[in-house]
Amino acid sequence: MQQSQSSKTPKRPLQLRDANQTDLSAWRKKGRTEPEKSVQDHQSPNDQKNDNEEDSLKQAFRYFEEVQDRVSLKNSILQEHLTTVESVALQRGLPPEGFNVLLNVALSGKFADTVNTRILKSLVPASVIPEDSVVSSVSWLCVGKCSGNVQLLFLKWLITVFDFIDQKEQLNALYGFFFSFLQDEKMCPFVCHLLYLLTRKENVKPFRVRRLLDLQAKMGTQSYLQALLSVYKLFCPELVTITLPRKMKAYFRDPEGPWKAAINTVRQRNQGNTQVSRSLFLGTAQPQSQKRKWNTQISIPASSTNKNNLEEDREKECVDLYSTNESFPVEQLQTFSQLVQNIHCLEFPSQMGSVLTNPLLLHYMNCFRDESVDLRLYYWMNQTLQQECTWCVADNSQYEEEFKNFLETLYETECFLQEGFSSCEEFLYKSLPLWDGFCCRSQILRFVSWIPLRSSSEIKSHLYGPLAQLFFTSSVYFKCSVIESLKELLQNWLNCQVTHLDSESDSEGHSSNTTLSGLVNMVAELINFVGRISTVALRLESSHTLLLHFILDFYETVCDMYLRYDLPLLIMPPPGVFYAALLSMDSVNLNQLCYIMYRYRTNLVTAKENELSKKKILQFKFSNQTYQEYNKYLTAMVGCLWTSNAFQKDIHPQGISMDDELLRKTTVPDFKTSFNIVCHPALMTYAFFYLQQAFPDDTTVDFSLIKGKEWNRYLEYLYLQGLNGLKVFIESSVNRISQASHSKSENV
Amino acid sequence: MESAADGTGQSRPSTGRPSWGLPFGRAHGRSALSPSSRLFPAPRRTQEDTQRTAFLLRKQWALYSVTPMYRFSEAHLRDYSRLLSAFFAAEKKKGLAVEIGGELDIKVSVTSLPDLKGSDRDQAAILVQLSSRSSASPKNSEEKVVWSGWFCCVAGDELSENLPEAFTCLPLFLVNGADSYTAIVGTWFQKTFDCCFRRLSLSPFNLSWMAAMWTGCKVDKPAPATELVFSVPHLPHPLHISYAINLEDAQALWDTIQKTPGEITQKEVDVFMDCLYSHFYRHFKIHLSATKLVKVSTAVATAHCDGIIKFRQSQYLTGVLMLLTELAICQIQ
Repeated sequence: MQQSQSSKTPKRPLQLRDANQTDLSAWRKKGRTEPEKSVQDHQSPNDQKNDNEEDSLKQAFRYFEEVQDRVSLKNSILQEHLTTVESVALQRGLPPEGFNVLLNVALSGKFADTVNTRILKSLVPASVIPEDSVVSSVSWLCVGKCSGNVQLLFLKWLITVFDFIDQKEQLNALYGFFFSFLQDEKMCPFVCHLLYLLTRKENVKPFRVRRLLDLQAKMGTQSYLQALLSVYKLFCPELVTITLPRKMKAYFRDPEGPWKAAINTVRQRNQGNTQVSRSLFLGTAQPQSQKRKWNTQISIPASSTNKNNLEEDREKECVDLYSTNESFPVEQLQTFSQLVQNIHCLEFPSQMGSVLTNPLLLHYMNCFRDESVDLRLYYWMNQTLQQECTWCVADNSQYEEEFKNFLETLYETECFLQEGFSSCEEFLYKSLPLWDGFCCRSQILRFVSWIPLRSSSEIKSHLYGPLAQLFFTSSVYFKCSVIESLKELLQNWLNCQVTHLDSESDSEGHSSNTTLSGLVNMVAELINFVGRISTVALRLESSHTLLLHFILDFYETVCDMYLRYDLPLLIMPPPGVFYAALLSMDSVNLNQLCYIMYRYRTNLVTAKENELSKKKILQFKFSNQTYQEYNKYLTAMVGCLWTSNAFQKDIHPQGISMDDELLRKTTVPDFKTSFNIVCHPALMTYAFFYLQQAFPDDTTVDFSLIKGKEWNRYLEYLYLQGLNGLKVFIESSVNRISQASHSKSENV
Repeated sequence: MESAADGTGQSRPSTGRPSWGLPFGRAHGRSALSPSSRLFPAPRRTQEDTQRTAFLLRKQWALYSVTPMYRFSEAHLRDYSRLLSAFFAAEKKKGLAVEIGGELDIKVSVTSLPDLKGSDRDQAAILVQLSSRSSASPKNSEEKVVWSGWFCCVAGDELSENLPEAFTCLPLFLVNGADSYTAIVGTWFQKTFDCCFRRLSLSPFNLSWMAAMWTGCKVDKPAPATELVFSVPHLPHPLHISYAINLEDAQALWDTIQKTPGEITQKEVDVFMDCLYSHFYRHFKIHLSATKLVKVSTAVATAHCDGIIKFRQSQYLTGVLMLLTELAICQIQ
């Protein structure tokens, strides 16, 4: 019971901390929360020795939890458990759940003082110390079950590990208890130190100041009392009127004890694994790293007010006393309504990089963006990316997880702003040639989707070249991911151009270097690139169904560019893609192709109509070649799905038209009818199940039964199976015949 | 390799909507700095100049590149020293309250070094010094400089021209002193002026430029031999080859190679190094071109691939700094 309770405790404070954040910031916490878990993840896969240690540590905890009576010091079980705790503590530190048990036992006076001292001395935290355990131990302290020495040792411990306590709210609520310990002469210096760490403005009360002054009168000017008084004076100068010495070398003696060295050892040991999590534990912006230099670590700075105003402000103050103090400190910005209320007097934080983890500031940045904002962000990101890249810089490989998280954050920010960072783009161009295609794969490929539209000349040599090399030599799943991110890139470009067109109509004098023709060229280049690599990839992977699906997905965007994005450009898929889909064994691919061809038709027809009516003065019009290409494909499709003459009617130079002579040599019976909606390999299973349903008595599967009225019923059956692409294609492109037969069947 | 003229210096027209515009419209992927030619460093002979910067000589300086500093102002150097010393004290006594302006063990001074610039368009160099008083007699004893670092920019027009006014361009930072001090000063600058520090290492390619360029510089005093140190890769134990050439010999070789006075080309550098390599091969049958150049030591300056430099001649100080500024700018773009 106790065990399960205490194992839950580390989770709770984290949630509390999240609650202090804005709701909007929740998205960034993904993958960064649960430091506890990551610590364990890193530790558990270690060798067996560690597992054994962990087991015996758990046993020791259980023993200390359940032990009832005073046990003799010589008890071997006790000794064994004590040794376990001590050795683990000094090597790896103790997990958070251990503190409750050990503190309880050490302060309850169950054991002799030597044991209590040994337990207290081994309380080295591996990560954090749950506040609850400290609170309950303070209650033991008040009960007075333990000796003065143990009390003293506990206080020293508390001062040393103060920064490791995960929350201090409840601890601060006990301020009065700690204050009352001041009367104990031995404990007074340490209590003063603790209070010094704990004091907040609301703790400073007149009666406490009086008490401290009384003590000072009684004990003489002691540095520890003066230290506490100076903090009081700092918070409430009106309550502490005495003058305190300005300069003081050291207020407190170092609360010596074995912990400091042990904590450092443990920290160094765990450094490699817990880089990211440490900063969360301690709530500091920069994790204390021994191994890494001060300027080489990914730490997104915390948002803090720009204090670099100095003289300008003071000078201004003379002129206008009130206006300058109005700026709203970013540290206090917690909610969206605060943002809206203070938007006029908000300033960007001193380190621009901190906006990444602060959605409110991102909103603010979206409204007030100038060159310097972009530049500051650009430089910071650029340097961090270059310096921390795990495959460009040799020694960085151990920090991959950290780098991944950083890339993730950048990508999420790009999505938030709906805009790509040029530093990310440059990073891509610089690092792609060195990339193994594996490390941080999904993050890097997502970066591709946010390459800004303006970079026209560079994208060819810096993106398409290296990407194609990786593409051809990697697995089919990598190929799918590449095609998908290129589809997202296309969509982002198209969206960007739509908003661009909108803003263009608003403002006349746009000095744009991405003219419509420039844009059309870039989009065309991208589509042709995807066409080329898709053709090769389909041959390499023998028309892999999943890959084909991703490629057709890409063309689903392409076929609708004219109508959906108002872009005067339509590019047909290359034959290598078209025929792979048309002759696919999978009905999903075929259905998708039908839908795409239907959308091409709709777009082309609308374009033709616009051209004929000349309502708009058309800057661009589709070349006849596009129409011809479409018509050739259409003929092939109709021959393949409807008229059963796939080999005769196909007029595409790379199509499947073949001599009857040649076909006869294949000795395939009924080659003429081997491609139509009944016998197409992708649809044959449908035909089979249809026959079973329509002619339950007929056990000989005779596909030739599906004709005439039966053909129409079969068609309805196919539509009911969800082949909507096929439906819209046949209804639009095989219009005449289907309409006629349809009306006939209705007449019947 | 791209030429130096590649897209630098021209700014792109904006796209008519807020966008992440490329700061200087520079070309992408300029990974290694490789202009086909550079100006030869001209010596400075003013006595005054050389005296005021003499303390920079004969010390080892670790190199850093620094991105442009936001809202840095030369008018506030005094305030900066005050704030930096407070920051120092706070860092030293983590967790204890610190009073700004109080007396401290370590004194910080931030001053300007107006002599160190290439042209009037360059920002004056900024010197940061930490000095400590010996604890024995705190009042009267001499202050001892324990750490110094300086920011400078010599002929950094390429970067500074295109920056908005709020930014100060001092892309090169040189440090002499304990790393722990560097960390504190660097952190303060990063936090206060939103800039980034990064170690500037020198590639073998750039070191060979330095070897050739500095060999060609005439020095007054009798100077030590030019020394090149190579490290042999892929060996179980590190092996260094030191190659010393008499200064006169090296200069004689250089004089036969260099064509246009006052200018150095990539080709000349290559020829110079190839000559040295083939000479070495003739005697020792070792291809130095297969090793890595790690250190160049000449009468003008000494440079190590880890990004450490030692100036030897004050009249060539700005000349060396010009090349280093260029490398620093390349790294931050």
